[in-house]
Amino acid sequence: MKKTIALSSTAVTALVLSASMAFAAGTHPVTGEALADDQTFTYATIDDSPSFDPGLVEDVEGSAVTRDLFEGLMMQDREGNVIPAVATGYEVSEDKLTYTFTLRPEAMWSDGTPVTANDFVFAWQRAANPETASPYAWFIELMSIEGASEIIAGEADPSTLGVSAPDDHTLVVTLTNPLPYFPQMVTHTTTFPVPQHVVEAHGDQWMRPENFVGNGAYVMTEYNPQEKLVRTKSDTYWDAENVIIETVNRVIINDENQALNRWIAGEIDKTETVPAGQFSSLSEEYPGEVYSVPELCSYYYNVNVRDDAPEWAKDVRVRQALSLAIDRDIITEFVLGAGQTPAYTFTPGATAGFDVPEVPAAAMTQAERNEAAMALMAEAGYGADNPLSVEILYNTSEAHKSVAIAISQMWKQTLGIDTTLGNMEWQTFLEARGNGQFEISRAGWCGDYNEASTFLDLMDSESGYNDAGYNNPAVDELLAAAKTMEDPSANYTEIEHIIAEDMPIIPIYHYASAFLMDESVKGWPFDNVQNNWQSSLLYKVAE
Amino acid sequence: MFAFTMRRLAVAIPTILLLIVISFILMFAAPGGPFNAERPLPPAVLANIEAKYGLDQPYWKQITDYIYNIVVHFDFGPSFKYRDRSVSDIIAQGFPVTLKYGFWAFVVAVISGVSLGIAAAVKHNSWLDYLAVGISIGAQSLPNFVMAPLLVIVFTLWLGWLPGGGWNGGQWQYVVLPVIALSTSYMASIARITRSSMLEVLNAGYIRTARAKGLPTSRIIFRHALKPALLPVLSYIGPAFVLMITGSVLVDVYFSTGGIGYYFVNAAFNRDYSVMMGITILMGVLTILFNLIVDLLYAWIDPKIRY
Repeated sequence: MKKTIALSSTAVTALVLSASMAFAAGTHPVTGEALADDQTFTYATIDDSPSFDPGLVEDVEGSAVTRDLFEGLMMQDREGNVIPAVATGYEVSEDKLTYTFTLRPEAMWSDGTPVTANDFVFAWQRAANPETASPYAWFIELMSIEGASEIIAGEADPSTLGVSAPDDHTLVVTLTNPLPYFPQMVTHTTTFPVPQHVVEAHGDQWMRPENFVGNGAYVMTEYNPQEKLVRTKSDTYWDAENVIIETVNRVIINDENQALNRWIAGEIDKTETVPAGQFSSLSEEYPGEVYSVPELCSYYYNVNVRDDAPEWAKDVRVRQALSLAIDRDIITEFVLGAGQTPAYTFTPGATAGFDVPEVPAAAMTQAERNEAAMALMAEAGYGADNPLSVEILYNTSEAHKSVAIAISQMWKQTLGIDTTLGNMEWQTFLEARGNGQFEISRAGWCGDYNEASTFLDLMDSESGYNDAGYNNPAVDELLAAAKTMEDPSANYTEIEHIIAEDMPIIPIYHYASAFLMDESVKGWPFDNVQNNWQSSLLYKVAE
Repeated sequence: MFAFTMRRLAVAIPTILLLIVISFILMFAAPGGPFNAERPLPPAVLANIEAKYGLDQPYWKQITDYIYNIVVHFDFGPSFKYRDRSVSDIIAQGFPVTLKYGFWAFVVAVISGVSLGIAAAVKHNSWLDYLAVGISIGAQSLPNFVMAPLLVIVFTLWLGWLPGGGWNGGQWQYVVLPVIALSTSYMASIARITRSSMLEVLNAGYIRTARAKGLPTSRIIFRHALKPALLPVLSYIGPAFVLMITGSVLVDVYFSTGGIGYYFVNAAFNRDYSVMMGITILMGVLTILFNLIVDLLYAWIDPKIRY
């Protein structure tokens, strides 16, 4: 008996040894691929980020850095599934208003102190606290955590937030209404913990590399704003043995053609974009290294339907005709040509639990759409004797301009409409659009979480993002009801149908993100529709 | 001379105050604000942020607070975009970068520009003159946004000699391309100014006298002609030096150096008011300072000028 135990423990040792030997010899523990000796991943982004502090981070590329430096309760795997991270799991109460997360005891900060439930309580209160002035404070409110709205409005103390730590490894969250996608929301960077002892010691300089303490798979070791940020593998991360990439460099290259040059020169492994119009030629030149992945983002035009808008804009027939006459296939294939898909509904089809409704326009051929558009315009009283003129407003950019020119041509050819193109510098544009000083304005929207309401909430008459000025009580009611429904997908489908009929916004295409990546880099989460990546998923194979 | 310097410095103070006030007015006249985005912030969240940065105060209070903080605490405020950085941090990090490549670009531009200009003037209407004029017109008409990509294609992609960008603490390999890209158009201007001014001086009576005395040509040029010929060059390179050491947005964007040239332009687009003001003041102070230095150098070069 004794002998067998001894034997098996030797066997285990041998197994462990061989596994670690295999790793050391440079093969991937799961796939068995030969790993490159140099596990350094260098990628470029167009611009630097305002902050990487979980409480303050606001941009997509900044969040990717934050996901490397910190780890939340739950995280996403390569497919985008929600899996345990600092929390090993959670329980939900009967009424779905209380979530109890159990934290893993081996989770550590990079200075060796354990990550406790209190670090989450501190982080969430801090994000909501008006003194922090976080641009993402609204996310805490969106999570429906008790007391969030009052705290953000300055009416209640941050300590009244509905989150508590009965012990070091238990976190209890109280919601004001049930949210079916709540576990999905705690993968968002705003919900990541921050080390209270470090934040209190260094104030707003705690994220400087010399002060930095995180709980993610990497630590920040160097940061020169607008030049580069270096993060290196953390020894204290609980799952460090499965992290293969040793060093991650983020370099800032503002010019996308220059990023392409430096990628060709082998200075970087991945670019953020592919320069406009070069997707297909580069795909031929570098097969297997040019990628395009769908994004949870929609590109659309707002039609101003406010009371003071021009008469034509308030005529649903004209709005319908404008939408029908746009040949979206030409825009996605020839104007953009980097994997974008035509949009006939606002919510992208890739959104979880959302089935793209069969709106009539989507099923027609372009010839049928043009015919229907012409009939509608004639019915509305516009034609050769009474031509319509409209103005498209967009923010200054070559890409927006190309789309607007193509659309104005389609409107001219099919409907005889004279289109004026107006472009404004970004900030001026935002102000004009927000104030409704436009006829038609360009817009883009990306989902904050993988659920249709992140798009459709914009159609609420009360929404601050409803730039078209759309107001339909039926939509408002459906949206309100969806908030508490077990399965709100029927409501979402109905709202899309209403929008397709009323057409306050003209969906044009769903974004795709195209980039160049060296073929030695493996493990990119292509199947995660939110494109949330972290360096711990990646590895480099020997070439 | 001392009294002159003091007087000029005294005038500089109201000049800078005026610069601050005018920049503030222009800044607030521009639509938008630092916290506007594609996705507008909820009103309560926006109010909290504006309160943190004092943007909820009346304009006059913002201006006086700003000037007070600079004068009393030498504090230029926090950046509105880069959340954990102050304007001083941004300048402290970015200015040494532009100072380094700007200084070397200045040295290259002055030495090569003056040499080309002298050579062209001395060998007037010879092949050397045409070559020098050709180079300077070429360099002038090849804007640096064309020059920079060309340099990268040649030196990075074809020859593989130099990195296509980055700064790496200012190692020489990373400095070469920014210096060339920035210096060429300045070099061209300096060459043209030197040439025409040298031609004028060489036709002056006292040079003819020097020649008649039988002085060697090199002595005539360097001893008698160069100093007066450099006067117009000097008035050009004073402001040019300030422009070069405060960087170029193009060099910063194209070579990812992390210099302040990038911030200056993008702070305006981002409505990052405090960064915009900080760099404006820095450039204002440097311009005033170097104009003064140029004026003092005039007196040294030309004994006819006295202060």
